[in-house]
Amino acid sequence: MNAADIPVLSIMLAIPVVAAAFCLFVQAEQARLIALVATLANLALGIVLWLSYDPAGAQWQFTEAATLFGPIGWRLGIDGISLTLIMLSVFLMPICIGASWTSIQKRVGEYMAAFLLMETLMIGVFAAQDLLLFYIFFEAGLIPMYLIIGIWGGQDRIYASYKFFLYTLLGSLVMLIAMLWMIQFAGTADIPTLLNTDFPVEAQKWLWFAFFASFAVKMPMWPVHTWLPDAHVQAPTAGSVILAGVLLKMGGYGFLRFSLPMFPEASADFIPLVFGLSMVAVVYTSLVALVQQDMKKLIAYSSVAHMAIVTVGLFTFNQQGIEGAIIVMLSHGLVSGALFLCVGVIYDRLHTREISRYGGLSVNMPKYALLFMLFTMASVGLPGTSGFVGEFLSLAGAYKVSTWATLIATTGIILGAGYMLYLYRRIAFGPQVNADAAAMSDVNGREMWLLAPIAVVVLWMGVYPETFLAPIRRDVATIVARVERAAPAGDSKLKLVDLTTAPYRVVQGPEKNMAEGSH
Amino acid sequence: MELNASLSLVRPELILSFSALALLLLAAWREQAGRLISILSVGALVAAAAFVFAFMAKGTDVSAFDGLLVNDAFGNFAKILVYIAAAISLIIAPRFLEKTGAMRAEYPVLILLSCIGMGVMVSATDLISLYIGLELQSLSAYVLASFARSDGRSAEAGLKYFVLGALASGMLLYGASLVYGFAGSTSFAAIGTAMNGEVGLGLIFGIVFILSGLAFKISAAPFHMWTPDVYEGAPTPVTAFFASAPKVAAIALTIRIVLEAFGSQIFVWQQIIIAVALMSIIIGAVGAIGQQNLKRLMAYSSINNVGFILIGLATGTEQGIAAMLVYLTIYVAMTLGSFVCLMQLKDKDGGYREEFADISGLSKTRPALAAAFAIFMFSLAGIPPLFGFWGKLVVFNAAVAAGLLPLAVIGIAASAIGAFYYLKVVKVMYFDDAADVIAQSDDKVLVWTGGLLAAANSPLGYFAIPALGVWTAYAARALF
Repeated sequence: MNAADIPVLSIMLAIPVVAAAFCLFVQAEQARLIALVATLANLALGIVLWLSYDPAGAQWQFTEAATLFGPIGWRLGIDGISLTLIMLSVFLMPICIGASWTSIQKRVGEYMAAFLLMETLMIGVFAAQDLLLFYIFFEAGLIPMYLIIGIWGGQDRIYASYKFFLYTLLGSLVMLIAMLWMIQFAGTADIPTLLNTDFPVEAQKWLWFAFFASFAVKMPMWPVHTWLPDAHVQAPTAGSVILAGVLLKMGGYGFLRFSLPMFPEASADFIPLVFGLSMVAVVYTSLVALVQQDMKKLIAYSSVAHMAIVTVGLFTFNQQGIEGAIIVMLSHGLVSGALFLCVGVIYDRLHTREISRYGGLSVNMPKYALLFMLFTMASVGLPGTSGFVGEFLSLAGAYKVSTWATLIATTGIILGAGYMLYLYRRIAFGPQVNADAAAMSDVNGREMWLLAPIAVVVLWMGVYPETFLAPIRRDVATIVARVERAAPAGDSKLKLVDLTTAPYRVVQGPEKNMAEGSH
Repeated sequence: MELNASLSLVRPELILSFSALALLLLAAWREQAGRLISILSVGALVAAAAFVFAFMAKGTDVSAFDGLLVNDAFGNFAKILVYIAAAISLIIAPRFLEKTGAMRAEYPVLILLSCIGMGVMVSATDLISLYIGLELQSLSAYVLASFARSDGRSAEAGLKYFVLGALASGMLLYGASLVYGFAGSTSFAAIGTAMNGEVGLGLIFGIVFILSGLAFKISAAPFHMWTPDVYEGAPTPVTAFFASAPKVAAIALTIRIVLEAFGSQIFVWQQIIIAVALMSIIIGAVGAIGQQNLKRLMAYSSINNVGFILIGLATGTEQGIAAMLVYLTIYVAMTLGSFVCLMQLKDKDGGYREEFADISGLSKTRPALAAAFAIFMFSLAGIPPLFGFWGKLVVFNAAVAAGLLPLAVIGIAASAIGAFYYLKVVKVMYFDDAADVIAQSDDKVLVWTGGLLAAANSPLGYFAIPALGVWTAYAARALF
């Protein structure tokens, strides 16, 4: 049977829901198993999806349509960008379940159910082709995440869960009004149609702001990022992984799917705003990260800084910048997820996130130190790791638009090296001052199984990024072509080729070789 | 002949009237037959609803009694909603009232009488019949509020409700007399014609007074003050009834009078409705935050929800009215479900609890009840994928379509404030340590009704969207 005939996406959405329902009624042991099996099944389906996706085929593949819910169209479908983000979600989910295997001991069934529901909602966000359906998936994620933080979180979990919920809710509600207006205007909620609808320039500004309110909070951008450190610190390890790994990507995906192609003129008008906020975020949150005493908080602030690079890359309006932004999203999803897992490994042993309680772990935990090193380097953006590819591409794209913004954003990489290496030094190197930390055992088999796959993908993405660029190239080119009419003129004096009119690496044409040089 | 035709159009009301009288007689001889009479009353409601369904299927749109009443799709839709809400209030009540020693055979009879009043309210097309329906409903409600005679709080609730309700009725009557004086008729159609030209100050005064009186009945701010006290004091099944059926009837009545009598002068009443809607949303949201009593919380929640419903009326469009009816339907399911959950909060000695402290950590001791309650709370907050979201969505969609963008934006921003206290309920049940005061429920009826309503509010409810859309659009069309 042809893979395209099976409603793969609906099945991927249904498996976790069914499994979640089972989890609620069984013992802890079985709940863990059910969750693991369901997430692995989804991973397998994800791989099928990846393999049967044709980068040169139709723009929207695996499309499904049903009119079960009246005005809310059950329309699903993915392009390359959705595909990579769905892959990220299904890849991280089994790891999250594994990470919670022993550390979660109370109310295991409900915990697993909440995570499985999260998986459905995440896949739904990236696969929805109906504006209302997208909104439902986008917003519904608040409930399981609220419960995950609030029930299984740390000391200040209640404050953090409220802050997370209300911040993101307020942002999204304004977006809902904008969506309703768009549906009225275009007469349809079909996203592919809306992507080619030209909204009046005057209205675009308001719509753009409404969407910005939601995505900027979700992303999160400075100054509405303050929910993130709280939520990250208080969430259980797997919650942090999902939060950093996938939920933050919804903001970037939103910018990419809605703000840019639907409101090109407004997006161009607000480039100074986005770049300005991103520049502040890069420098400010990096500096804040430098002085953190709490490991999770440090990584949370570093997430804000990395996401600022994403926003810079997205609003460059050129192929390199946007491709780079997507790779940064994927890479950050993997790397920050892995870093939170690394924190989780030692947190499970010592039950503290305070950096000064550790030290010299490379002596007693060599394998751990090695993996942690790899992810630290990937976070810093060392060539050969995934971090480098994305950051380089997005900054290269940004350079064509604003040299100043690029200059400031690049300091983020230097500062990033500062705080990450400083963190690593304090944890892995130095004398073993804390006896209990020195007595900790190295990573066990289960933890190895969680971290090793991420390490492999991080290196893969760093060494051969083409695997991940291939499916998104055509879709990014579509977006670039769509926004071209509003693309800003760059301020750089260096112009060898007019790259704004000939996006680099258009597959056909003689300029191919010349543009190829930028990689 | 004319009388016969008219009578055939009010068959649901006739059935209910005769049932109420017969049951009252039965109650006079069989003092302890409360449960039996409740069952028979539900039967009467079902029979009445069957006739309403028949009218609806036939698409009747005829006026009866020389234009005092109309039998149209809009009224019929509201009646069905009212009957369903009343039937559920009857089904869940007996055991609770028996436990608190307040069960009397008059309870179902009063609910039936109130339903007749509500049936008249939703189909009234004349100020006179409007007032008669409203008073029949209100008088039954005053008695119901103080139904737990031995309970001081219940008596207080009844008295408060009566005094303030009488004041509101007075305002309504005063407004009606002004409108009659200036328009020269009590019939909605004639008032509508009289308002086609320039509208005088006297008429505007009349409209303001009528709307104030109605705002009291639907507990919209700034006439909401009685709601928390009455909701808290009345026995919980009665509160569930107050929060559902009379709300539907009073809102339907407001819709009809505003559109049929004052419809041509949208600028006169639109700003009033907008102000009332926004005030209700904000007062409902902010007022709930400090509450410790869950029934008071639900009272503020109902004020808040009425605000959202009125946004649909502010649009004055067919789409807006259909949206209101969708919201009302979902609201009835949400609010009745919440009260069914509240009624299951019984401690180990059989006493009923209704404070925040009592549900602390409920999810650990009574996971199913806590889950159902959480579903209702998230649904009331309008968080997708729960069904309450759909209600909010259609209302705001209508507002956006009518060009009322500022209203939509302010309203939706205020709903984020409202989310805070719904979240608080979930937080107390799920995040706090178990207080372990709530015993296992031994009332199968409550468990099943609660479960069914929770299922309706879960994403499963989305399957009802197409049907709900068709019926509400059909009902709304009757007014235009």
